[in-house]
Amino acid sequence: MNHLADIPLWIALPVAFLVVAGSSLALLGTIGLLRLRLFYDRLHAPTLGTSWGIGAIVLGSMLLFSWLDSRPVLHEALIGIFVIVTTPATYLLLGRAALHRDRAKGSANLPNAAAEGADPPKETAEDTVPD
Amino acid sequence: MSEILLTLALLYAQITLGLAACIACLCVLRGPRAQDRVLGLDSLYVIAMLLFLVTGMRSGSLFFFEAALVIGALGFVTTVAMAKFLLRGEVIE
Repeated sequence: MNHLADIPLWIALPVAFLVVAGSSLALLGTIGLLRLRLFYDRLHAPTLGTSWGIGAIVLGSMLLFSWLDSRPVLHEALIGIFVIVTTPATYLLLGRAALHRDRAKGSANLPNAAAEGADPPKETAEDTVPD
Repeated sequence: MSEILLTLALLYAQITLGLAACIACLCVLRGPRAQDRVLGLDSLYVIAMLLFLVTGMRSGSLFFFEAALVIGALGFVTTVAMAKFLLRGEVIE
């Protein structure tokens, strides 16, 4: 741990805050993935980790390595930009696939039915059959 | 002072991300349907990438960055391929 020894406090404080915030957001996203009931709700949970979870950790990493190498280290932003750009495309495609499969199956918990519906959507027994 | 602060923060981040990876694995195993498993696998990829970044910060080497970049690119391609498979029944038409 000798490379962390000579870092001034005004660098260490934001780096620690960003790393703690980013990892906590990633954990919250996966807890949401476990707890939410419908697939269309669950689709939103991991985006906590892929937006500010990864943004905060990449920013903290850039800050730390810029101090350690005493030059601006900008290539870590590549990961952040790549993930932030590709995640919406991925989840849009996955949501469309789930919608297509639900429609083909004639499932009761489509998003439109939930928006208009009198009864709150609930996963029926046939929806949770593994396939 | 700042060494203790950074060590504790990075340790907390590693433990938290490890826990998150365990929960994502549980989601992959539990399902119940194929799209839930794909979603769990995608979040597992993202968490593994974050864990590589944090480990790189802790060890002070820039080589973990390249591994994280490869994981990010492969995670994107994998998830898109599996979503396409769920949508059409084949990946490349």
